[in-house]
Amino acid sequence: MSPSTKDALLIALLRACAVAAAAVVVLIVAFVARDSWPALRDIGIVRFLSDDWSPTGADPGFGIMPMLVATLVTSAGAITLATPLGIASAVFAHFYAPRGLAVLLRRVMELLAGIPSVVYGLWGLVVLVPLLLRFAPPGQSVLAGTLVLTVMILPTVALMADVALAAVPAPTLQAAHALALPRHAIALKVAVPAARSGIVTGIVLAAGRAVGETMAVLMVCGNVVKLPTSVFDPVRTLTANIALEMGYALADHRAALFVSGLCLLLMWMALASTAGLVRGGRHA
Amino acid sequence: MLDHGHGRALGAAVALCVSLTFAGCTDGGSERSVTSQRLVLTGSSTIAPLVADLARQFESQRPGVRIDVQTGGSSRGISDVRQGLAGIGMVSRGLADAESDLVGYKLAIDGVALIVHASNPLVNLTQEQVVEVYTGRVRDWRELGGAPGPITVVHKADGRSTQEVFLGHFGMDPAEVEPSVVIGDNEQGVKSVAGNPGAIGYVSIGAAEASAEFGVPIKPIALDGHVATSESVALGSFPLVRELTLVSNGPLSPLASDFVAFARSPYAREFIEAHYFVAVD
Repeated sequence: MSPSTKDALLIALLRACAVAAAAVVVLIVAFVARDSWPALRDIGIVRFLSDDWSPTGADPGFGIMPMLVATLVTSAGAITLATPLGIASAVFAHFYAPRGLAVLLRRVMELLAGIPSVVYGLWGLVVLVPLLLRFAPPGQSVLAGTLVLTVMILPTVALMADVALAAVPAPTLQAAHALALPRHAIALKVAVPAARSGIVTGIVLAAGRAVGETMAVLMVCGNVVKLPTSVFDPVRTLTANIALEMGYALADHRAALFVSGLCLLLMWMALASTAGLVRGGRHA
Repeated sequence: MLDHGHGRALGAAVALCVSLTFAGCTDGGSERSVTSQRLVLTGSSTIAPLVADLARQFESQRPGVRIDVQTGGSSRGISDVRQGLAGIGMVSRGLADAESDLVGYKLAIDGVALIVHASNPLVNLTQEQVVEVYTGRVRDWRELGGAPGPITVVHKADGRSTQEVFLGHFGMDPAEVEPSVVIGDNEQGVKSVAGNPGAIGYVSIGAAEASAEFGVPIKPIALDGHVATSESVALGSFPLVRELTLVSNGPLSPLASDFVAFARSPYAREFIEAHYFVAVD
């Protein structure tokens, strides 16, 4: 077989793989959209935003607004907390920690990243919730959800930042050293900006995990469908709602849950494209 | 447990295979092969663990038989049986009038217990008090004669039959309930109450007794003087009860019929009691 035939074969194979991967995504979106369509057509988008959520009542309501807010608030809170912590941990591992400690820190982060979310949820329910209960009952709350999500996504941010910092070209750092910059300036003013693209990717992946997390938030958020007025109020996220009710939902109720799923997909697409824009400046 | 969506798709696929197998059986008549017999049961997550245990026993007595047990709630059991996706449905209540097209086989009785934290000094609540607590008219334990402190109302999510039994008994509308926490299954309910000295919730008496025996800090609370135990359910004195029913759409297949007979035989009683349900005669 001549080298050009091998290339042609490889290209065909790679193309097939790429098409298959893309087709799966398209099929999932199409399936969710198809099952949401009856609800969007019969109920209408306005009612999804303005109704109460009482899909099985005599006068059914399909408002997903409180749950949309719950998903946004818990995820945004978790990202806000996990981003500085994750970047700080990566900077510490790279520029300040002795070698042994840095390796240990990385191992711990890798371990944390692999723990199943239900274990985080269980920990949240038996440790975190009773702790928060001392300040304001019932303990299951926006804050509990945010904290559990923070712990869950922290390793993603930290590990991605770590990899990105390791990929900063040595000459960049050498030049900074040659200018006799202090260590904090090299780390925060030179290395972190140079690693921006990788760090942002990590934050976006973490945000995706936070938005999509189901089990852990189901266990610690309290699942009451209500707009929260404080961080101690219980909330139900879109994902928890799907998990709680999909097994019991029929007809319009089921379609309404698919609309929640579509919402989550759209949120994820918006997130991913925002990240593309942020990175675009450097990589386009 | 929470993967009902997947479970359902899988269930549909499995049920399709089964119905094809059975279609083959009836057509084949005497050529029915023992090695390809399968039965699918779907429905109530309260009954599923018991039926799964019984299914394992049944399978060990009948080589070649496969029994699949899937959860998804009583209404799922009803709709799967109607659509032919399952051979038998599991429903944790008696059949309603609108369901008279189905045949029900009473399997056992379960009580719904009100539970509070073990440190709660109260031992009894009246019917009215429970309604006041769950509709948010009473928000502090002091008003019920307990130690002062806010009440955390733990309520089940819509669709759960435990919730239907509870609301039905107290004559409450789902919309009037003002919960502090909404939970999915019994285990989450027990954990939510165990972690909160001010909480009140309701779960299967079986689940409550099993957890209390295990040392979880919860206690069942009496309702209008009726103590919530398996014994009082057996004696018929406890008001908050429901039937656990196996349902079929029309006559049972031979295999399904054998399984129902097995599940209601004296041999099955010890398994029913091991799950803290009460066997019926």
